[in-house]
Amino acid sequence: MTLTTRLLLTTALAAGLATTAQAQDVPASAEDDVLKIGLVYTLSGPAAALGKQARDGFMLGAEQIGELGGMEAEIVVIDDEQRPDKAADDARELVQRENVDFVVGPIFSNILVAIHQPVTETGTILISTNAGTSNFAGAECNENFFVTSYQNDQNHEVMGAYAEQQGYQNVFLMAPNYQAGKDSLAGFKNSYTGGVAGEVFTELGQLDFSSELAQIAAFQPDALFTFMPGGMGVNLVKQYDQAGLSSIPFLSAFTVDETTLPATQDAAVGLLGGQNWAPDLDNAANEAFVSAFIEKYDYVPGTYAMQAYDAAQLINSAVGKIGGELTDRDALRAALKEADFDSPRGDFSFGVNNYPVQDFYLVEAVKRDDGRYATSIVEKIFDDYVDNYADQCGME
Amino acid sequence: MTNLFVLQLLNGVQLGVLLFLIAAGLTLVFGIMDVVNLAHGVLYMVGAYFVATFAAWTGSFWWGLLLMLPAAVAVGLILELVVIRRLYTRSHLDQVLATFGLVMMANETVKIVWGVSPLSVPMPELLSGSVPLMGPLQYPVYRIAIIVAGLGVAAGLFLMVNYTRIGMLLRAGATNRAMVSALGIDIGKLFAVVFTLGAVLACLAGALIAPILSVDTGMGESVLILTFVVVVIGGIGSIKGAFLGAILVAVVDTLGGVFGPILLREVLDPAAAGQAGRMLAPMLVYILMAVILFAKPAGLFGGRA
Repeated sequence: MTLTTRLLLTTALAAGLATTAQAQDVPASAEDDVLKIGLVYTLSGPAAALGKQARDGFMLGAEQIGELGGMEAEIVVIDDEQRPDKAADDARELVQRENVDFVVGPIFSNILVAIHQPVTETGTILISTNAGTSNFAGAECNENFFVTSYQNDQNHEVMGAYAEQQGYQNVFLMAPNYQAGKDSLAGFKNSYTGGVAGEVFTELGQLDFSSELAQIAAFQPDALFTFMPGGMGVNLVKQYDQAGLSSIPFLSAFTVDETTLPATQDAAVGLLGGQNWAPDLDNAANEAFVSAFIEKYDYVPGTYAMQAYDAAQLINSAVGKIGGELTDRDALRAALKEADFDSPRGDFSFGVNNYPVQDFYLVEAVKRDDGRYATSIVEKIFDDYVDNYADQCGME
Repeated sequence: MTNLFVLQLLNGVQLGVLLFLIAAGLTLVFGIMDVVNLAHGVLYMVGAYFVATFAAWTGSFWWGLLLMLPAAVAVGLILELVVIRRLYTRSHLDQVLATFGLVMMANETVKIVWGVSPLSVPMPELLSGSVPLMGPLQYPVYRIAIIVAGLGVAAGLFLMVNYTRIGMLLRAGATNRAMVSALGIDIGKLFAVVFTLGAVLACLAGALIAPILSVDTGMGESVLILTFVVVVIGGIGSIKGAFLGAILVAVVDTLGGVFGPILLREVLDPAAAGQAGRMLAPMLVYILMAVILFAKPAGLFGGRA
């Protein structure tokens, strides 16, 4: 190879790189006539139920609308297997090879962190329907990133505010020993100023809580606050009931919901949680959503399904507003930010950081008239609640 | 604090009898057949899945438990016939590889047959609820039932090992396998009986714990290590050793896990104390094992080192 050819080659390569760099503003996917959407959810492993709810919710929305924003829609579903490395590869594949216009998902925060950059740096829109980490709400907020769920701390803050409102002086706190567990207790204490009877960090994945329950029984706190997602929560709730502790109020976040209630059933009835919605929230959009969902999938939707359903509605409203002109990215982002659709949760808008501004409720697990189990609204705790990180975001 | 101590002691004993049921089979298979069976935890998981399935079919936990027993016998016999029988003359490394392969195959099979979502077994009506212990403290009836059932099985095993012909063969086999064989005992048949007995006990442990825990793949691996510690502390091949070892390990583990953080909280912040305590509790078990092996290299009741 002569020097000239090598130089030529380098220049060609550099030019090639430059083109990709320029293409950031208008991704290749925007050029074609198809609206392609990639769903990235955890659909296998212990947390498969959460991803299944979200996928079903999105699919229901897309099916009801038909042509999303007047365009023919193609939806690709990917199982991230709850592995951040796999999810990052999948996300790259979706934006670079599959040419998707939107990536929707994921369930878990560590997956979100892994796919955020590969998706948003190409100019593709990422819509998270569950995970809402603090970094992307604050200083690292991104114009191509939208959240239809919540900021992670908020559900815990709801329970802290409820404990405060009840005048509890002595709350026992328990969470798994990992980042989300620590964030959870920090979020609770953010809006709770009373005393702490005990603070226990359990092993992640622990299934037998006999020794923790014994401590709770011995301390006799005013209430228990816990964050035990998935199978841990199922076991804790069953054992809490068996240990005869039901007289101590059980406050939780992401522990008692439509994904765990089929397993805990009666043991969970009456337990309290904090959510941005419940299936029995009283409005027309919600009634239509819940009944259509149950008819199609034969189980009660949880927040995971509702938030994904809203992502489908969000895409539909935004693409419709700009008449399918996906190459006009500023118009697309502005249309998304308007959030012009009827959410089953009622009031919904985006804050400066593209995270939702919405109401939060105290919910209680109940047995429905049809024999199924679900959460039910008790009272509104926060009205049009903005997350604590929004003012750190530099976007307009 | 005394209340908490008594409650935790009960929790320790409950975990102990459960560990004993699993360890009893493991120690016999290890001691008599000289087979390192990593797949023993799989049987614990399979027992839980069986009871979940049968209880769902019949609508009753008791029928589920009853139907689980013949299924467990069948699984034990098939495993022995197809895999374990071929491993008697092989080295320990071969046995570890083969049984580890079994663990992976079993976990995948369970996922294919029962799906990835954890199953749940309803608690029998008779044993749900809790009894007041002292003051405001209550203890779940079901956990007491596990303790009683475990102690019952232990007593039954004790009688069988010490007062029956098969028990005599088991003891003889654990002490000197070659001599038993030389005296004209069909060692192949004895091995099949031993393995199946161990399998049934492990399945029973899984079935008993199923209403408390969610039934999930991989639940076997979580108890397997602790069970090996029990077997080594108790002395390989000794049922009595397995019983005392199991109670000892479980009580140390439970009390360490609770009182470690409480004591540490005096000097550290809660998150650090929780973490240090969590690390301390499993360490205590291995420290205990090291001390016992230092004093008695063959374990508490080991026949041979």
